[in-house]
Amino acid sequence: MPILECRELSKRFGKTAALDNVSLKLEPGRVIGLLGPNGSGKTTLIKLCNGLLTPSEGEILIDGEAPGPKTKAVVSYLSDKEYLPDWMSTRQLMDFFEDFYKDFDRQRAEEMLLRLGLDEKQKVKTMSKGTREKVQLILVMSRRAKLYLLDEPIGGVDPATRDYILDTIIRNYNPEAAVLISTHLIADVEQVLDEVIFIQNGQILLQSDVDSIREEKGMSVDQYFREVFKC
Amino acid sequence: MEWNFRNDLPVYSQLVEQIKRGIVSGAFAPGERLSSVRDMAMEAGVNPNTMQRALQELERQGLVYSQRTAGRFVTEDTQTIEDSKRALAREQTEAFRKAMETLGYDRAEIVALLQEEA
Repeated sequence: MPILECRELSKRFGKTAALDNVSLKLEPGRVIGLLGPNGSGKTTLIKLCNGLLTPSEGEILIDGEAPGPKTKAVVSYLSDKEYLPDWMSTRQLMDFFEDFYKDFDRQRAEEMLLRLGLDEKQKVKTMSKGTREKVQLILVMSRRAKLYLLDEPIGGVDPATRDYILDTIIRNYNPEAAVLISTHLIADVEQVLDEVIFIQNGQILLQSDVDSIREEKGMSVDQYFREVFKC
Repeated sequence: MEWNFRNDLPVYSQLVEQIKRGIVSGAFAPGERLSSVRDMAMEAGVNPNTMQRALQELERQGLVYSQRTAGRFVTEDTQTIEDSKRALAREQTEAFRKAMETLGYDRAEIVALLQEEA
């Protein structure tokens, strides 16, 4: 059974269709790139999947259920915005996540923090932007979720942080979970992806295996993307 | 091991190629136990499913084998490794010969040049 299924899904804001008749399926055990230019509908799709928005038409099924409390328990979401309260320390954030999510694996989070040499007592307020992004990612990836929705996890971070983020995604790979990563920085992520979805003007242009694109087109997904989305 | 990837080929086939080179060059010794798929994927910075697929292909070619509980190992069959090395060397030689021919060298001239170099 697909972990995520969208059927003829549309979302309109007034007259603007942010998503237009989208149908797709994501299978567990896959890392999928959601790729599209700015304003193509990536964030709208992710917000629909975690119940922050409701569809105008069509339906979404996560592990067979419409978004709600049940699906929120199995979906781990990394927002494209920083949302951690800045008066909290990393330890307090872990307490918070532990209270909120049954599937939060504290030991895993502590190990990842240790590997980074981060002090659990440090407050969000005193962290650099890169550190905040890492802490946020560690919290999200430490849940034993079935679906991870990562909205622009590598936007605006330095190359070392980006490598750390990709490494964390591979390290936490679980054959029973799917990871959806939205980004427009394709070259940086393409090696860790199984599959890509191209989205433009709220419509799905293509869903394909990374290696199939490379094989058939004789170019990287990044090069192919530039060709498809040429201005 | 140093991993390098080109843009114009599937990641999977490049992994097969690079691990194979590691085996024939002795970077992975005969009978050596390989790291887990996840660790190898992390080291190469690639998707674990892609690494898995590459290792399965190397298994099919007889260069690695898996033991249900103990993990994956490089073959101990040095003949298989030698054959693979030979096949890689042939590819290289062929590519070199073709490149030289486009410069207008014939076989005898190429051989002479190589002897001069040595």
